Amino acid sequence: MGVVLVSHSAGLAAEAVRLVRGIAGDDVPVAAAGGTADGGLGSSVEVIEKAVRSVDDGDGVVLIPDIGSSVLNARLLADEGKAVVVDVPFLEGAIAAAVTAGAGETLAEVVAAAEEARTHRKF
Amino acid sequence: MMDTDLFVAWFEESSRLIRRERDRLTRLDAAIGDADHGTNLDRGFSEVCKALADDPPGSASEVLTTAGTILIRRVGGAAGPLYGSLFRQMGRALRESPVTLAGFAAAFEDGVVAIERLGKATPGDKTMVDALTPASRALALAVRDGVGVHEALVKAADAALEGAKATIPMQAKKGRASYLGQRSIGHEDPGAASAALLLEALASVAG
Repeated sequence: MGVVLVSHSAGLAAEAVRLVRGIAGDDVPVAAAGGTADGGLGSSVEVIEKAVRSVDDGDGVVLIPDIGSSVLNARLLADEGKAVVVDVPFLEGAIAAAVTAGAGETLAEVVAAAEEARTHRKF
Repeated sequence: MMDTDLFVAWFEESSRLIRRERDRLTRLDAAIGDADHGTNLDRGFSEVCKALADDPPGSASEVLTTAGTILIRRVGGAAGPLYGSLFRQMGRALRESPVTLAGFAAAFEDGVVAIERLGKATPGDKTMVDALTPASRALALAVRDGVGVHEALVKAADAALEGAKATIPMQAKKGRASYLGQRSIGHEDPGAASAALLLEALASVAG
């Protein structure tokens, strides 16, 4: 089970991965797909595809986009039962998905955990 | 009938119009988005034209599929996946070459549905859908009324332009502009403006 964080910003995606690994563990397969192929702000289907390949062990991948074209480009790669794009808060969803993926759960369970983050109250 | 050369000419003219209007598109996007629409599209359509020139496609379907794939791969903003899906879906839908107006109208409608599905936008959300849907409707009416290809494409271009202008008083419900809430009112949507340019380009090369 892999998790891909898709952001408009390469820096934001990379730091989000660092934070998520800090919480979920270093060996959780989380990859950053931030920015355009030439390093600008935006998103790129090629950058996302590469990140998906890097964490895809055959059990499925959850993609968590931030805003705008990240969502559209991630949805272009959606593949039923293999690559699922979830509509959840970026960081909270990423942490929930990574912790669940790290526990060896299935794609459906990782998706459900990410979606729970949407209703999780901070206080 | 619409032959392969007409589809290639469509992308060349689109590229020319987008370059001419690049700064206006970027200004519109600066008002309610991230000011990259003009430059992104200019780059994407230039690459489409280069690919079509380097490796001339054999059918209308191939022109559209090639263009769609390049836009998805090369345009960083939301317009890449959206226009890319439009053209790729049209390419999938078009089985004939040359293409009849009825075949084109049906493929265009399929393409617009693909955009609506990917972006989850409906008419009134202040997006390119507000220009594309009236154009699609105009094409369907033209087919029903049996008008010629050029006249039908002019009607579609007029409908798209009118649809784009109609986005000015709308409040954005989708895309980056939706974060602005009421502040998005009073500006033409850049995606609707570029969609109108694409239809203007098609009417112009079919004339």
